[in-house]
Amino acid sequence: MEALVASLIGVLTAVGVYLMLRRRTFPVILGLTFLSYAVNLFIFASGRLTVNAAPIIGTAGTYADPLPQALGLTAIVISFGMTAVLMIMAIGGHLEAGHDRVNLDHPDEDQPQGQPDDHPWDQP
Amino acid sequence: MMGHWIIAPVVLPAIVAGVMVVAMRGDLILQRAASVAAIVALNAIAMALLWAATANGPEVYFLGDWPAPFGIVLVLDRLSAMMLVLLSGLALAVVLYAIGSGWDGKGAHFHALLQFLLMGIAGAFLTGDAFNLFVFFEVLLIASYGLMVHAGGGTRTRAGIQYVAFNLVGSSLFLFALALVYGVTGTLNMADLAEKLPALPEGDVALLRVAAVMLIMVFAIKGALVPLQFWLPGTYGNAPGVVAAMFAVMTKVGAYATLRFGTLVFPPDLPATGDLLGTLILPAALVTLIVGAIGTLGATTLPRLAAFAGISSMGTAFLAIAAFTPETTAVALYYVLHSTLATAVLFLATDLVSRRRSQLRLEESAPPIADAGLIGALFLASAVAMAGMPPLSGFIGKLLILDAFREQAALIWPVVLVSSFLMLLGFARAGSRLFWLPTATVAEPAKPLREPLAFCAAFALLAALVALTILAGPVTEWLSGTAASLYDGQGYIAANRLGQEG
Repeated sequence: MEALVASLIGVLTAVGVYLMLRRRTFPVILGLTFLSYAVNLFIFASGRLTVNAAPIIGTAGTYADPLPQALGLTAIVISFGMTAVLMIMAIGGHLEAGHDRVNLDHPDEDQPQGQPDDHPWDQP
Repeated sequence: MMGHWIIAPVVLPAIVAGVMVVAMRGDLILQRAASVAAIVALNAIAMALLWAATANGPEVYFLGDWPAPFGIVLVLDRLSAMMLVLLSGLALAVVLYAIGSGWDGKGAHFHALLQFLLMGIAGAFLTGDAFNLFVFFEVLLIASYGLMVHAGGGTRTRAGIQYVAFNLVGSSLFLFALALVYGVTGTLNMADLAEKLPALPEGDVALLRVAAVMLIMVFAIKGALVPLQFWLPGTYGNAPGVVAAMFAVMTKVGAYATLRFGTLVFPPDLPATGDLLGTLILPAALVTLIVGAIGTLGATTLPRLAAFAGISSMGTAFLAIAAFTPETTAVALYYVLHSTLATAVLFLATDLVSRRRSQLRLEESAPPIADAGLIGALFLASAVAMAGMPPLSGFIGKLLILDAFREQAALIWPVVLVSSFLMLLGFARAGSRLFWLPTATVAEPAKPLREPLAFCAAFALLAALVALTILAGPVTEWLSGTAASLYDGQGYIAANRLGQEG
């Protein structure tokens, strides 16, 4: 089970990092979401992995650590709220700029406005 | 004994902000009155806490009266009390400036967001629990997201997205680090960690070192340490000027957390981490100084210039922090005080210019701005302070740093001195462009904006900077005591009464 959870966290992190490095806002948000999934699992695993154990001392020989569950819950709520904020800001930025590229335009640079500067691999 | 007053800096802004959102929606006058009243009260509380922490030493507030390693604690000590005083003083100037300049009316909920920001920063300074520090980081960040995009605008919103994304990555790193620490030690109370880490089993040392480095990375993101500073110029350069001035204290949260963890949880005499933190931060701080100075020289707009000057001053502060000795820490604390005030004055001066000048870019010529004399004086004073020229406190701070690093003079002195010189050049270039080289393309002179309160607030911050210079003797003496108490963690740990009921 350890190998399964560890590789799951690793894959989720890798997916998150890859998507975060994209140049459009939406994949970046998805990447951050994947990263927060990985974090939540990692926090959960920090209390050791147990099967069929209640988070109560004294009822059985083994017990689950309740604190990482509480920490994970807090982290889930916070990352949920943060993702919502980022989503709203991304929509606002998209509506105002007309595109969702992550890079800021530099109106001071001699770049004609409205000119597509997309690369083929960046098309949605 | 301050008792329940310790939690007041967190609870008071939270309640005021909530009441503002619910009951004062749309009534700007009432919001302004409530905001100023709350911040004045926060100043009084912070002063009382500072006095109590100096007189009685560290004191703990048990949330819900749960005993220490199990419940969450807030710890008041000299460092957290000092940071609270700095925060509330800056907040007072910022809120007065926002009212005087009309910034708070350009979008909804400025005052409520400011109060939530104060709540988060005050909580981050006070908490004695590592996970709670994460929670307060998120509180202050989410308020700062709102403030950053205050008054809207396309570029500002999209710069805000970068800022939020960067900080979300930082938060994830923070959680990874905390989970590692918890997995290794089974606790997240800072005093409990300080007790347990020296007895760490050999096999867990590598994990703890990874966690320590990740924590330092998180604090480096907050403190804009190279190579994690990329969010700062875009954020501060695009945020409303008054918000950027308030953000001057947010980079200091990173410096504070580094100091707290570097002295209490991972002190230099801890065998598991040793001088790991110092050896990582020192080169990063030196590069930060240089990057900030070059950015100041090459900035194309005034807000970006101010942002890079802020990066450079964080480099200086982290340089003094990185040595992790009581003497250099006292210097670092003095520089943190100075850098917060000076950066805030610079951003306020920047905002005064930006709202009068028709052209944001420095190269473009623009008609002379109104009130150029007063604003020019403010800009000159803040530039002198940031570059570290006499007679303001930046000079004293840099002198103390040079003096503290006598042994490593060959490496550190040239970097500090050359970067100061580059900043001086950058400021001189920008100042002469703005104030001496305006071209009168319009016949009638620019109409002065009537905003006496904004000028009063900006000059009040400058007066605080002057006071910090004049009182440098007693202040550094008090800071030496504070630094010494940081490295003697016993008082802090004893205050937590670990494992004892009530």
